[in-house]
Amino acid sequence: MCGTDKKLEEIRALILVGGYGTRLRPLTLSRPKPLVEFANKPILMHQIEALVEAGVTQVILAVSYRAEEMEKELTEQVSKLGVSLTFSHETEPLGTAGPLALARELLSTSSEPFFVLNSDVICEFPFKELARYHKNHGKEGTIVVTKVEEPSKYGVVVYDDNGQIESFIEKPQEFISNKINAGMYLLNPSVLSRIELRPMSIEKEVFPFMAKDGELHAMELQGFWMDVGQPKDFLTGMCLYLTSLRQKNSNELYDGTGIVGNVIVDPTAKIGKGCRIGPNVTIGPDVVVEDGACIKRSTILRGACVRQHAWLDGCIVGWRSVVGRWVRMENCTVLGEDVIVKDELYVNGGQVLPHKSIALSVPEPQIIM
Amino acid sequence: MLKAVILIGGPQKGTRFRPLSLDIPKPLFPIAGLPLIQHHIAACTKLGECKEILIIGSYTTTQMTQFVNDMQKLYRVIIRYLQEFTPLGTGGGLYHFRDQIRAGNPSAFFLLNGDVCADFPLREMYEFHEEKPNAIVTIMGTEATRQQSVHYGCMVRNGSNAVTHYVEKPNSYVSTLINCGVYVCSLNVFQVMAEAFQKKQDGFYSGNGQGTPHPGYMSWEQDVLAPLAGTNKLYSMQVSSWWSQVKTAGSAIYANRHCLTLHCTRDDVCQIIPDVYIHPSATVDSTAVIGPNVSIGTGVTIKAGVRIKESIILENATVNEHSLIMYSVVGREASVGEWSRVEGTPSDPDPNKPFAKMDNRPLFNTDGRLNPSITILGAGVVVPAETILLNSIVLPHKHLARSFKHEIIL
Repeated sequence: MCGTDKKLEEIRALILVGGYGTRLRPLTLSRPKPLVEFANKPILMHQIEALVEAGVTQVILAVSYRAEEMEKELTEQVSKLGVSLTFSHETEPLGTAGPLALARELLSTSSEPFFVLNSDVICEFPFKELARYHKNHGKEGTIVVTKVEEPSKYGVVVYDDNGQIESFIEKPQEFISNKINAGMYLLNPSVLSRIELRPMSIEKEVFPFMAKDGELHAMELQGFWMDVGQPKDFLTGMCLYLTSLRQKNSNELYDGTGIVGNVIVDPTAKIGKGCRIGPNVTIGPDVVVEDGACIKRSTILRGACVRQHAWLDGCIVGWRSVVGRWVRMENCTVLGEDVIVKDELYVNGGQVLPHKSIALSVPEPQIIM
Repeated sequence: MLKAVILIGGPQKGTRFRPLSLDIPKPLFPIAGLPLIQHHIAACTKLGECKEILIIGSYTTTQMTQFVNDMQKLYRVIIRYLQEFTPLGTGGGLYHFRDQIRAGNPSAFFLLNGDVCADFPLREMYEFHEEKPNAIVTIMGTEATRQQSVHYGCMVRNGSNAVTHYVEKPNSYVSTLINCGVYVCSLNVFQVMAEAFQKKQDGFYSGNGQGTPHPGYMSWEQDVLAPLAGTNKLYSMQVSSWWSQVKTAGSAIYANRHCLTLHCTRDDVCQIIPDVYIHPSATVDSTAVIGPNVSIGTGVTIKAGVRIKESIILENATVNEHSLIMYSVVGREASVGEWSRVEGTPSDPDPNKPFAKMDNRPLFNTDGRLNPSITILGAGVVVPAETILLNSIVLPHKHLARSFKHEIIL
């Protein structure tokens, strides 16, 4: 086992950033999804930091949309981590496998395996264990799998006691397995020969064939896992992340009067008197929470303001939005950037597009254009 | 010498005012901090000549005694409650107690329906009535919309303001001038009633008691006013001051707003957006924001950061920190938890239509769903912290455990 970490230094990673992030609208109308802050840090930075932690020195981002914006913002952040960032631009969406073919040159410069990640995934990233496990079985690829409660909603992975994958079954009606593809892989460059430069699905057009050849193994993920690509899961993922933070790095959590459970608050945020914040709340930089507000299970993004006596449960408040006094918002309400919710309104499951000012209550879930 | 008669009906009436009328007789429900019919009494006592006020209804005397005693002390005028033991209709009760009204030979008496709320112009009405030599009854009239007029008594007048035609709740449009339920009557009205009574009796006994509920049953509007029309003995004075019926619970909020503008008391206990009535015994935190159109009753506690608008908070209720109450009635001893939201839908008349009145809509719409209306918490109801109660009606003494929307909670 000695020396494994050293070899990891050669390893590259490709992150499938991809499309428009429509499922996380209205937030993604203002900012590309990988840059949306999850627990006060862009989703993508959670992944890059974990990769760097595991010794990755080159990160390739497969992007097809709003690349300049991402390049500008990420290059700066990533340079501090001592990792090189390369952008691989798709002129047309290439699915989950095509981007690997596009980045073939970068990925095949060495014979060392490379990581592939879906960009929406949040978990306790197990990259070191993955590298070790992959090396041990010596086959072409390893998929990280995670346990889910209702496997019939997903494609499940069936594998033997040694972890060798036998098959993939889409939305099984009868229970076969409760393990699903967690969207993280470690692949040998030889896998590139199975991929063509065209829109192609790695799950449907690559992995089943690797499994047939006995070249694909599964590694079970420990701890939580969540695809945070839509608002409901974004909030659920945040709760799981904060719980995990409590166990691992509880000094990152905020404490003070009126704080309940797991809460993170940026040092530049201001919290008024008589508030109750938490459980499961993230408060971003420059946020102002005025006196007597109550916030539960919500994310408040940079520069937003929650005014006096407001009550929020299960909400994402977009950048620089203002939630008025005595406003009640709940049920997965998402405010885009710079939204104003006037005093005393009730917003139930509203999805509000950026720069909108709301003067009437939204009693039933609705999209506000 | 003048007298006044206030007709308040009984507990079997006013069901549309439930659940507010379950705790307290509807005529005693506070509007702008005062029991509904105290506004009537206050208007009558402004005329020094008015020496006696008779309240006629079928509520038990125990329900009314306290109020009557309080009013006598406050206004230093004779006030008596006369209980009807059999419902005799609006005219039957009046006729039954005719001797009490005639006693002392008043020059005229005012007759006021208990379920209206208005800026009663009694002096002007009396002067108007005196000017007409043959007048037996003068009706306060007001303009309504063409559409809504059919829900009221409709009147047509000639050039000298005599009523030439009177129909109670017609099926089709008759006139936009409607009866406000406020009258000046000369004592010879009882002769007209005697004739109407005789006619009723004849009808009752010739029909073997079928059809009519009681031989003494008489409708003031249909059996007295309608026949008087066209005889030059019935007049109507049209007023343009504010007037509304108080039929449904929703109309209580509307009436409250207008009464507050008439009899507003200002307090500087917290941030007030006029008009607001706060009883001196209420405890209000200085960080609360109250108004417009709020009445806060005796012994109520309003905690820090509370917001209340367009609502009535009845005695000894408690409203906890950071909660919001709008378009609602909070019952006696009820309690609203911190960060809760109690919200109703206003049922005011259409402000864009001149002369529009309250649409006293039924509780349910044609789909069988609850019509959006004000939220009402009955007496002793407990709303837990951080919940929302939207367009709902909670019957007395219910302790809620979660949020409710568009529901009646038994």
